[in-house]
Amino acid sequence: MAENIRVLLAKVGLDGHDRGVRVVARCLRDAGMDVIYTGLHRTPEEVVDAAIQEDVDVLGVSLLSGAHMTAFPRIIKRLGEKGVGDMILLGGGVIPDEDVTKLKQMGVADILLQDTPPNVIVDTVRRLVRDRGAR
Amino acid sequence: MSRFVSSRDLLPRVLAGEVPAVARLLSRAEAADPECRETLGEIYGRAGKAHVVGITGVPGSGKSTMVAVLAAHLRKAGHKVGIIAIDPSSPYSGGAIMGDRIRMSDLASDEGVYIRSMATRGALGGMARATLDAVDILDVAGFDYILIETVGVGQDEVEIASASHTTLVVSAPGLGDEVQAIKAGILEIADVHVVSKSDRPDARSTVSDLKQMLTLGMATDAKTAWRPPVIATSSLKGEGFDELVSALGQHKAFLEGSDAGRARVRRIAEFRMIKTAEELLRRRFKESSAGRVAAVADRLAAREISPYVAGEQLLDGIGA
Ligand SMILES: Nc1nc2c(ncn2[C@@H]2O[C@H](COP(=O)(O)OP(=O)(O)O)[C@@H](O)[C@H]2O)c(=O)[nH]1
Ligand SMILES: [Mg+2]
Repeated sequence: MAENIRVLLAKVGLDGHDRGVRVVARCLRDAGMDVIYTGLHRTPEEVVDAAIQEDVDVLGVSLLSGAHMTAFPRIIKRLGEKGVGDMILLGGGVIPDEDVTKLKQMGVADILLQDTPPNVIVDTVRRLVRDRGAR
Repeated sequence: MSRFVSSRDLLPRVLAGEVPAVARLLSRAEAADPECRETLGEIYGRAGKAHVVGITGVPGSGKSTMVAVLAAHLRKAGHKVGIIAIDPSSPYSGGAIMGDRIRMSDLASDEGVYIRSMATRGALGGMARATLDAVDILDVAGFDYILIETVGVGQDEVEIASASHTTLVVSAPGLGDEVQAIKAGILEIADVHVVSKSDRPDARSTVSDLKQMLTLGMATDAKTAWRPPVIATSSLKGEGFDELVSALGQHKAFLEGSDAGRARVRRIAEFRMIKTAEELLRRRFKESSAGRVAAVADRLAAREISPYVAGEQLLDGIGA
């Protein structure tokens, strides 16, 4: 079997809803990917450490609590400190447009807002991994 | 890790226990990347120090939660712990959702614990094809205890006993009126029995059912010196884990320097050899038969040849 794309999905922050993440997990799984889900209420640092242990292609972080402008900088900082600055970082959840632009400038590869259709999610992940190339 | 680093160049960093290097080599082993084969060979030669604990039991019996608490106890005793948590791949898409880490969040920031989720990708037996490669990598990276959490379904689960030094079989109360391990036919492989969720009132009857089964002689062999203990644990309350850690230590001591221990190591090697040979055979068969499948199937469908003859024809030229 060809190498599966590995994705770690995480919920950071205080909100206790993970229906959206679970739906995303299922559509990535159905597209043949290995999806690791770490559960609710993780810290940005924990999420990065888990993603490194799992050697995932893509780290997807979902936030509904509005803490994205503090969470993503901490994630990016941790990735840099650990020497894995090239891990593909995806954001998801509820994030206002102006912040989307800022987050992308910081190094978040893409943001998948709530209600992004499954095929767009799958295509985005595949495209980002393909563009990264072999590792 | 930004650029491509060859497996050979990863090796010194793996030996130094660097997590990103360990993680990357594990991915290559999992992908059966020929580039890492020589490095894995070298690693195999150096491995053999870690104590490998296999943990099986039906889904929902509390394996992941128990692994987390057990790992924390082993950490307190000064050990480094590697965890390989295996989940089934979807037979339809080949993908997998792996959620064992959800139960292991208390270990998140401990540098002495490494957790890796692995999908079976079509492998039977409750483990992934590369699980034992992963064990070797964690072994040479300095992890003293390696805990393998199996998928936990079906009869095939017995394979874990041919892959680990100590096999824990987890039974939980409340999952039906029969002890699931008995039903699944995996009672016999236990070196240690764990009854999980002992905080539940119905756990006592699970313990007594299990003990009764064991004294009936179903699972104990009078000739072997080791009698699998039954230990009740509650991951929720953290109870029973001192006993469990000490049972693991006793079983480890029982194996060390004994004939039973040498036999176990030998059995693991033999299992590995057979598994690898089967894998190679499967790959060669696929390659050598690929060009003929359609034509032979046509003749078989037309009932010109028998299934046996068709099979023989497909095998022609294998091993070349
Ligand atoms: N009451 C109780 N429930 C537990 C305990 N350990 C695990 N559980 C629950 O059992 C369920 C399955 O646990 P999990 O560790 O995921 O089982 P696995 O599928 O065997 O890995 C979860 O809902 C846990 O919260 C325990 O010690 N006591
Ligand atoms: Mg589990």
